[in-house]
Amino acid sequence: MKAMTRPHRVVMIAIGAGIVLWCVFALRWDWLPKYLPLIGQGIWRTLWILAITAALGFFLSIPLGLAQAAGPWYLAAPARVFCTVIRGTPLLLQLWLLYFGLGSLFPQFPWIRESELWPYLRQAWPYAVVALTLSFAGYEGEVMRGAFKSVPRGQLEAAKAMGMPRFTILRRIWLPQAVQRALPTLGGETVLQLKATPLVATITVVDIYAVASRVRQDTFIVYEPLLLLAVVYMAITGVIVLAFRALEGRLPTRVA
Amino acid sequence: MIGALGLDSTLHLLAYSPPGWGANLLRGLGNSVIIALGAFGLGLVIGTLGAYGKLYGGPVTRDLLAVYTTVVRAVPELVLILILYFAVTDVVNQLLVAWGQSRIQISGVAAGIIVLGVVQGAYATEVLRGAILAVPAGQIEAARAMGMPPVLLARRITLPAMLSFAIPGLANLWLVATKDTALLAVVGFGELTQETRQAAGTTKAFFTFFLAAGMLYLSLSLVSGAIFGRIERWARRGQPGHGGGGR
Amino acid sequence: MKKIVLTLAATLTLGTTAFAEPIKVGVAAEPYPPFAAPDASGTFSGWEVDMIGAVCAAAELECVVTPVAWDGIIPSLTSGQIDAIMASMSITAERMQTIDFSDKYYNTPTVIVAAKGAGIAPTPEGLAGKIIGVQVSTVHEAYAQKHFAGTAAEIKLYQTQDEANQDLVAGRIDATQADSIALDAFLTSETGMACCESMGAVADDQDVLGLGVGVGLRKGDEELKARFNDGIAKIIADGTYEAISKPYFASSIYGG
Repeated sequence: MKAMTRPHRVVMIAIGAGIVLWCVFALRWDWLPKYLPLIGQGIWRTLWILAITAALGFFLSIPLGLAQAAGPWYLAAPARVFCTVIRGTPLLLQLWLLYFGLGSLFPQFPWIRESELWPYLRQAWPYAVVALTLSFAGYEGEVMRGAFKSVPRGQLEAAKAMGMPRFTILRRIWLPQAVQRALPTLGGETVLQLKATPLVATITVVDIYAVASRVRQDTFIVYEPLLLLAVVYMAITGVIVLAFRALEGRLPTRVA
Repeated sequence: MIGALGLDSTLHLLAYSPPGWGANLLRGLGNSVIIALGAFGLGLVIGTLGAYGKLYGGPVTRDLLAVYTTVVRAVPELVLILILYFAVTDVVNQLLVAWGQSRIQISGVAAGIIVLGVVQGAYATEVLRGAILAVPAGQIEAARAMGMPPVLLARRITLPAMLSFAIPGLANLWLVATKDTALLAVVGFGELTQETRQAAGTTKAFFTFFLAAGMLYLSLSLVSGAIFGRIERWARRGQPGHGGGGR
Repeated sequence: MKKIVLTLAATLTLGTTAFAEPIKVGVAAEPYPPFAAPDASGTFSGWEVDMIGAVCAAAELECVVTPVAWDGIIPSLTSGQIDAIMASMSITAERMQTIDFSDKYYNTPTVIVAAKGAGIAPTPEGLAGKIIGVQVSTVHEAYAQKHFAGTAAEIKLYQTQDEANQDLVAGRIDATQADSIALDAFLTSETGMACCESMGAVADDQDVLGLGVGVGLRKGDEELKARFNDGIAKIIADGTYEAISKPYFASSIYGG
């Protein structure tokens, strides 16, 4: 906090507070009370989509990274292809391919409508979740590949020499250390995932971005909803960054 | 499976001349590449200034740049594109009106380049800052001791040495730029993803067009990867190889 | 969600009073057959495009068809990026708060379309528990929110009517409400014929559905409004209106 009391910082914080106060009083916020419940729902949707896709994508990235780091060619090659395709094409395209592409198939197979999955296939959020999960897994697969490779081989060889079963080596030695090494990058990638969530608004999933667009279209107000949106995203980013810092701090690491 | 997806019967839709949409897709790809190049270039310029500002500037400069990079990296590009587009158009038009000129319409390409360039600039600042920090300090100090003027120092010593450290990060940024152009589809600009969606919407041949667009993007990133690989090898010429570890 | 105003005509406008330079008439960039739809080369054609040509010729104005994303079309009019809107925009009291309208140039009923044999009556009771899709920023969205929000399971909002139609074909929504002519164009298409049929017109609500479609103009732009009204009256009087409508519609769509 001492850093915040240096003279130029104090002036800048004062200016920043001044700008925020001006925004609060001078701009139009009369639409807020009417849309507050919708905004709350939008924020909640953004958060759970982020949490679920990041978690599922992370679990999917572990086998992807492992296959590329230590797997035989018939596992490593498909994993590599998957990661390359995901990282080489825009997320928006992948999202639309899933939603519109699969949607155009449904009329051709009438039996789909009778099946149990139909209520889920009808809605938009499963497609959003699948697309975002695959995207996260594709990027994290690369990160985990590097992380798995960076764990000192000596430890793994020692464990193998001791006769530890392969899965136990993975569980006790390789995976925890790989995850620990990957944490800073994972934090950054989670922030990137948050920034990717607005795209789901294009397939009718009502996240906070869709709510802000709705406000803008209903009221023709241009800047205020966007500013609120920016503030919301910055707040969520701050929480993610602090959460990852806390996670990294749990295990003391020596910095050379 | 290919039959089920309806691909074989719709291949003619990819033809080059109307009523095939192939020309539209390629035009969209051209637009995407132009915007990506412009945004990447603008990002490099902003990034160089930002990196130097962060390293050698005064405390106020450093804090302002920190605010810039933090905000841009925390807010989704889509929101930034909207805010910047409206703000830039408004400010430019108000200035023009104040000077007695008429309002202008900023073309989609220019708007896309400016907006994406500002976003790229924030990331480029960090990449270039890290790369400049990796240049051995001794070389810079020796040049200063010899009385080299700062611009000459930057041109002869810092930038060439920094390049080999910056290339991987910059290659990533280029790929991000090419994929971010797809976001302009959400705002209706006719780059590749938007053209694809329009073609698919009109002809209902979704899989055909989206897969075609995917292949175009993929080839763009593979070609870019190869080009950046060669640039990196050129930048690393004369340096001792990195022993063994890492990529 | 969308947003902006990206017009394809990047001409400099000199002031707003003289009509020496062309009037930029905004149409929706998304296809809306049979009124206006782009072909592969980007040229717009349709009944409304023909109307623009005829009205402008009768009013002695030089008009340039300028595609603008539908949900940014009113802001682009008020900010001066286009000068008039002829995009099948209904005259409603709510829109009159922001912009002005010329006299109407057509008025057609609003219908609900659903899957064949679904038997959904176009009333709040008929839609109980169903999912209905509408285009954002339209009178249909306002109507659905006002009348169906209580009984329908969900009201899904789409950027374009086309997307709503696609989701109806895919079975993701049970019904969609839009202008009868636009939905006619959908029902006579290959996919539309196979899947869906009209369920009839909805009960009229003039407050929400408005008094017909007119040319959208900036408030206070009286001279342009008078010119457009002149043009519309002229082409109705001398039979051009009928001549244009003949290739598209069996009977006049001017409405009561």
